Amino acid sequence: MKKERHPLAIDVEGVSFAYNQRNVLEGIHLKIPQGSFLGIVGPNGSGKSTLIKSILGLLKPNEGTVKLFGEEINKFDSWSRIGFVSQKANSFNSGFPATVFEVVSMGLFGKIGLFRFMTKKYKQKVYEAVKQVGMEEYLSENIGQLSGGQQQRVFIARALVSDPDLLILDEPTVGVDAKSVRNFYTMLKKLNNEKGITLVLVTHDIGAMSEYVTEVACLNKCLHFHGNKETFENKKEEMMSAMYGHDVNLLEHNHEHDHHHHDHDHDDVWRDKQ
Amino acid sequence: MEILEQLTFLERGVIAGIIIGFLSPLIGAFLLVRRMTIISEGLSHITLTGITAGIFMSQSAFWLGPVNPLYTGLLFSLAGSLLVEKLRQIYKDFQELAIPIILSTGIGMSAILISLVQSSYTEWYSYLFGSIVTVTLSDLFFIVITGIVTVVILAGFYKELLSISFDQEFAVTSGISVKKINFLFSLLIALVITMSIKVVGILLVGAMVTLPVAASIQFAKSFRQVIFFGILFGEISVIGGIVTSYYLNIATGGMIVVCGVTILVVSIVVQRIIVRLRKTV
Repeated sequence: MKKERHPLAIDVEGVSFAYNQRNVLEGIHLKIPQGSFLGIVGPNGSGKSTLIKSILGLLKPNEGTVKLFGEEINKFDSWSRIGFVSQKANSFNSGFPATVFEVVSMGLFGKIGLFRFMTKKYKQKVYEAVKQVGMEEYLSENIGQLSGGQQQRVFIARALVSDPDLLILDEPTVGVDAKSVRNFYTMLKKLNNEKGITLVLVTHDIGAMSEYVTEVACLNKCLHFHGNKETFENKKEEMMSAMYGHDVNLLEHNHEHDHHHHDHDHDDVWRDKQ
Repeated sequence: MEILEQLTFLERGVIAGIIIGFLSPLIGAFLLVRRMTIISEGLSHITLTGITAGIFMSQSAFWLGPVNPLYTGLLFSLAGSLLVEKLRQIYKDFQELAIPIILSTGIGMSAILISLVQSSYTEWYSYLFGSIVTVTLSDLFFIVITGIVTVVILAGFYKELLSISFDQEFAVTSGISVKKINFLFSLLIALVITMSIKVVGILLVGAMVTLPVAASIQFAKSFRQVIFFGILFGEISVIGGIVTSYYLNIATGGMIVVCGVTILVVSIVVQRIIVRLRKTV
């Protein structure tokens, strides 16, 4: 059963977080409308994962609130609407004796409920999700025997199998080769376009991601920028020097978007310029 | 339950063994993938404390009447199981510390209580090394009831346990309550450890939880196969151990372990041969 459609998939209001009195996140406001494909970028240790964990309720922020589909996170219970692919998916116990089928099934376990088992209908869902990521030939293979890119696809399938409206991916391409990364982003783009799934992608790989997303957020303790991709392209250098320091230029120039340089955008949201 | 009363002591032992041979590898499979098999060693010793406490109570507090010490053993085992969880949280970076802490506490307190009660050497011997001939009717009741509880809990929470064991964060974001499931898992471990003690013995309980799944993971491709072969090997070990120990008149627990180790060695050797054959083909 789907609840009524709320315009915002994620609504982060004034979230701050500190580990051992060291601030990791400071006053984050972030509204992510349904249907958008947002890339969150920032250097290592900029609080990206902490923000994601706060959004998912895995961490409790010291201040501020998080709402998913308009509902407060501690009251939120429609978890099958959320698909999560964590950074740790890359460092799970690779000796775990589970097949691709078993791993993807886990995406349904919260939905099926206690004392109930995988019926034909659910098995069919697993096959579909596995097919969607192009791993149908590997259904009975051991998860530990697959390559990094293949494992990542399986974890996407596990997140997709419950038909989520929101898919959150934390550094999903770490340890995956360049070609697979491209295929991977193309697949995400397709999910966003065809199924209207809201995507939130956390990465430090700005170059690869910027071709595919519709919105960008720059995070380094504070939210330095959140706006559409075109605005981001124009302000990229400014943003990068603000986030990474002046001498570092980590950007790859992307000529495709150079013609946007002149029109100054209206909907860019600047916050907390340092 | 009347059927149970008509059994001979040998039949009682065999039935107890079959239940344990089924449930120990089931729990063992989850302990294996969570890298917690060692917990069985810690808990068996704290269970001994509970058993000695039970015997001490029956001897010193007559008004309580005779209490099967397995029940006090179960209580201590559960407390130990929860304490291990707690200690693992306190020592996040040194989680293995929990086991020696619980284990030495268990042995220390047992030693004190054993010195206070009057029991024969043979009674302790049967608790330490297991013996089917000492499985009383009341013990069998205990094993059947805890066995049923274990099966019901596992049937209800198998999926959730599997998901948490594989990836805890994902389990949380799919709506599974990790705290509740982990509590139930602690309860399951305590139940299985306590029910095994009469047959396999405190010092050898860890074997039933570990050996069958250690053998099955040699060639299991899926988690289901780990469980299936684990149970198969568990039952072969238990039945083989009971039969040989009965005819040779030696410690049951010891024979069960020897059977389990034999299966383990065979499966390692067979697996190596298979790998080598594949390479040459």
